[in-house]
Amino acid sequence: MSIRIIKPGLLSTIQDLGRLGFRNTGINVNGVMDVFAAKSANLLICNEENEAVIEMHAPGSTLKFEEDALIALAGADFAVTINDIQIDTWRPIWVKKESILRCNGAMVGKRLYLAVHGGFDIKQWLHSSSTNLKAGCGGWQGRALQKEDVLPFRKSCRFYFQTESSVHVFPWKVSESELPFYSKHPTIRFIPGHEWEELAPTSKSLFLNKGFTVKKESDRMGYRLLGPPLERQKSRELLSSAVSFGTVQLLSDGQLIVLMADHQTTGGYPRVAHVISVDLPLLAQLKPGDELRFLPIDLKTAEEALLSQVKFFRQLKLACQLKLEPILLC
Amino acid sequence: MSTLTDHHYSIFAISDAALTIDFGNEIHSSLNQKVIALNHCIYSHPFAGFIETVPAYSSLTVFYDVYLVKQSISTEYTAFEIVKTYLEKALSGIQTSAKAESRLVKIPVCYGGSFGPDLDWLCNFTGLNAASIIELHTSVTYQVYMTGFLPGFPYMGIVNENIAAPRKNEPSLKVAAGSVGIAGKQTGIYPLDSPGGWQILGRTPLRLFDPERNEPVLIKAGDQVRFYSIDEHAFNNWEG
Repeated sequence: MSIRIIKPGLLSTIQDLGRLGFRNTGINVNGVMDVFAAKSANLLICNEENEAVIEMHAPGSTLKFEEDALIALAGADFAVTINDIQIDTWRPIWVKKESILRCNGAMVGKRLYLAVHGGFDIKQWLHSSSTNLKAGCGGWQGRALQKEDVLPFRKSCRFYFQTESSVHVFPWKVSESELPFYSKHPTIRFIPGHEWEELAPTSKSLFLNKGFTVKKESDRMGYRLLGPPLERQKSRELLSSAVSFGTVQLLSDGQLIVLMADHQTTGGYPRVAHVISVDLPLLAQLKPGDELRFLPIDLKTAEEALLSQVKFFRQLKLACQLKLEPILLC
Repeated sequence: MSTLTDHHYSIFAISDAALTIDFGNEIHSSLNQKVIALNHCIYSHPFAGFIETVPAYSSLTVFYDVYLVKQSISTEYTAFEIVKTYLEKALSGIQTSAKAESRLVKIPVCYGGSFGPDLDWLCNFTGLNAASIIELHTSVTYQVYMTGFLPGFPYMGIVNENIAAPRKNEPSLKVAAGSVGIAGKQTGIYPLDSPGGWQILGRTPLRLFDPERNEPVLIKAGDQVRFYSIDEHAFNNWEG
């Protein structure tokens, strides 16, 4: 009833949708970088959307299933094979015991999510399974997965389902038209930050019209962007206050940083922009060298996009239940 | 009796699912008391879709679930506008005199030596001897304005102006957990080993952050803190 890690990959951690309720004590939210992919992977196999998943970074992990399992992969295309059979993302997959999952590269995208039906049997810390790498808490022993780790499933599953093959990919998937358009050159929508108006007019124009390249000093805490230096009309010191996933801050050298899932709870740099929630998955899939552009939208439009995504996930949940329930015996 | 609406504030989004109410870009105990009072008020009367808050020096940030906020009221208003209206209503109802009882936390500190690598620097900087600096640092009951930066890092003030000191030009790569430092008129404690730029005067044997505790974080915004000096022997034999 478990998965064994054969090769750890670059950085694989256990994450859910984050540790909420403790930001006021400085405890980071953490959680998956690509919320769309993680929710989809869970819903495809009839999990709650907040169930813990494995988040992999390219190059991903090699895993061995020590029990039959119903799984889903979502996010970047890592050219995954199971027992040397090519496997599609965004679909439910039934895997026989002893199967080996390998990642063979990533053309576009940076992070892949693996969900297991029923979830992993992991002790939560502060009501969440997300890994806080800095504090060494939560997730799997507070750290990235290592060779020979054995992650237990919460329940064993049997299916009303017969196949000779060691792998069965179900013939339905998340509709292509609903998927985030992962790209190396995405347009990222934002709402202006509180200090947006303090930018010099030329800097505003540069922000809106130039591309910004993700630097290699980018990780789950934040992405450093390389672009034309931006200036404020007058500089004033700001007191620290709360920041959020997607906050774009202007550093003192004129360069930008976008805060990501492992960001600190508070910060004192000017807030130029906030990436809207539904576009965070596009950011989450960027690699160093990829180039993004910013597009302003208003808050009402951002909320509407978020609401329609909530609606989409409710439909996906219902559709997946209808499809899978007849064959699930657990 | 003054109400909290006597002062100006601004409310702005810091995401499409969070907003900040800001009472002014200033470290001042009266502004922070407003933040803490409003924070208490929200937790005692949370709105539908409320997730959590982050109190800071002079601002309070509220995180919410856009879908649940919208679902709670049939209106054309955005979730932002609904939460903003709620906050303004909450604000008009609270009074500074009604602030919650705050808790006093006493923190033992072993000053100087290897525990306080910057105490000598501060002596040079201020022209005071170590005993005077320790006396000044321990003679004030500090207000905890906020917790941030690291799990359980308390930002406290106001430090006596005679020992106020700028941050280091080059942050230290590793400041030990428990280190007590000064930056400007703030004082704080590093809960974890971390890079940091504050001037370190000493170290506490208390664990500011312990993930195994029911309440992992020892000190929270709204608490009061008083330091007292202990010697190296007491530090090394500290229990609990």
